[in-house]
Amino acid sequence: MNSTTTTTTAALTVNLTGLRESALLLEDAVLNHTAASGEPYLLAIRKGQTLRIVDLEGNQAVDVIFYNRNAPSEHYSNTQTILRQEAIYLSTGSVLVSDEGNPMLTIVADTCGRHDTVGGACAAESNMVRYALQKKFMHSCRDNFLTALLTADVGLGKGDIVPNINFFMNVPVTPTGELSFGDGLSAPGKYVELYAEMDLWMLVSNCPQLNNPCNGYDPTASQFLLWDPV
Amino acid sequence: MTPIPTPPYKLPKHPSVDVVEHWRAFAPNLTEEQVLLSELVPGGAHWSCVLPRGTTLRMVALEDGANLSVVLYSAQEKMERYNAPDSLKAQYTAHYTRGHVLMSDMGRSLASITADTLGWHDPLGLLLDDSRMAHKYGYNNYQTARNGMYRSGRSGLMIEIGKYGLAKRDLVTPVNFFSKVSVDSQGRLSFVPGHSKAGDYVDLRLDMEVIVAFSTAPHPLDPAPTYSPKNVGLAVWRSGIAAADDYCRDFRPENARALHNSDMLYLL
Repeated sequence: MNSTTTTTTAALTVNLTGLRESALLLEDAVLNHTAASGEPYLLAIRKGQTLRIVDLEGNQAVDVIFYNRNAPSEHYSNTQTILRQEAIYLSTGSVLVSDEGNPMLTIVADTCGRHDTVGGACAAESNMVRYALQKKFMHSCRDNFLTALLTADVGLGKGDIVPNINFFMNVPVTPTGELSFGDGLSAPGKYVELYAEMDLWMLVSNCPQLNNPCNGYDPTASQFLLWDPV
Repeated sequence: MTPIPTPPYKLPKHPSVDVVEHWRAFAPNLTEEQVLLSELVPGGAHWSCVLPRGTTLRMVALEDGANLSVVLYSAQEKMERYNAPDSLKAQYTAHYTRGHVLMSDMGRSLASITADTLGWHDPLGLLLDDSRMAHKYGYNNYQTARNGMYRSGRSGLMIEIGKYGLAKRDLVTPVNFFSKVSVDSQGRLSFVPGHSKAGDYVDLRLDMEVIVAFSTAPHPLDPAPTYSPKNVGLAVWRSGIAAADDYCRDFRPENARALHNSDMLYLL
């Protein structure tokens, strides 16, 4: 089921080598949650479950941090993940690694082909810096992260908001060391599927950013599905 | 009673205080009136200090192929800390050089790069940990090697931030000064061996009062087959705060706003 697709964007030609479809059936899912645009979501995932995140309407950045639910100071680490695969983009076969070097999840299917590890999440303060001081009152991913963590009160707080994954977001780094925000590679219905290697918290912000093209200037809903081990 | 002197003033010298003016060897163009302190940091070691706004930290590679991993926290509010993604996306960069600023998660410039002989310092922040170090170089512990033991960047930075009450979860992505990792169109990394040469230096001006913690352990992608960390020299000197026409302020509009936000902290 592996295939390679070449997508040409304005900036570069992208070879997506991780494209792989899932064999799981929707009717077997044990959880089916749709997060409206701009909403937070905190989900407990058990070791052995498979998670699917669906970009329902296309080019919606889904900002996610994972934590070890049995020892929440152990968190997804973008640097450990990048170091393990010696590459910055995520797709099928990528292992999401914790700060302690342990595998947290493995991407087992992906119809988008590229997910970002370096762009982080938007915040009121970073919007002030990036766009204008007067943008500070716009909704942001960090507001979502703090809402979810402070409401759940499970021992996680601001200090645990570490660099996140941006599913469905394309943030190319150029060979000359520039960071760009590329045209989205996602489209309605594209999904990524991950196998949980440990008991997890998944912290989500369905990104509300309106100041750049990460959501195609129109944030939309995303869907979360879970399957139990077969 | 001796009145409290205003800087610059000469520290009293005491025979029991073994201050060494290391900076004279690696930063000879600084002056005695400017320099506050200097350190000769052995390869593999770790240290930290609290530096006030308006000082500049000069970091000097003393050998070819050095690596200096640095993390930064606001001394006033330690929950405010260096944020790599915010800094990189605000400046559309995946490398650091003169003009770039290191931004906190609160939209302020913690520090600015005001001088650089190298042109590329690695902000991806990959860090050597104990298990990778053992796998790559074997074990060489204290009992075997005394202070020549192998030390990883992650454990060194953890020790340093722990001194300020910070915990494992608080260890942020470091900047790897003097190292270069480039990324190809498929996202694959390549480490550039021997990127920095002895004598290369970079100046980091503190725009806030900042806890700076650092480690001279090797970069995790350094292909050297043996554990061979390099020495780095540090000198802290009085530079003054960012002027209205500061190079970093004018480098990008985002940097002007981040420096404005730091300036506001000291007005309010």
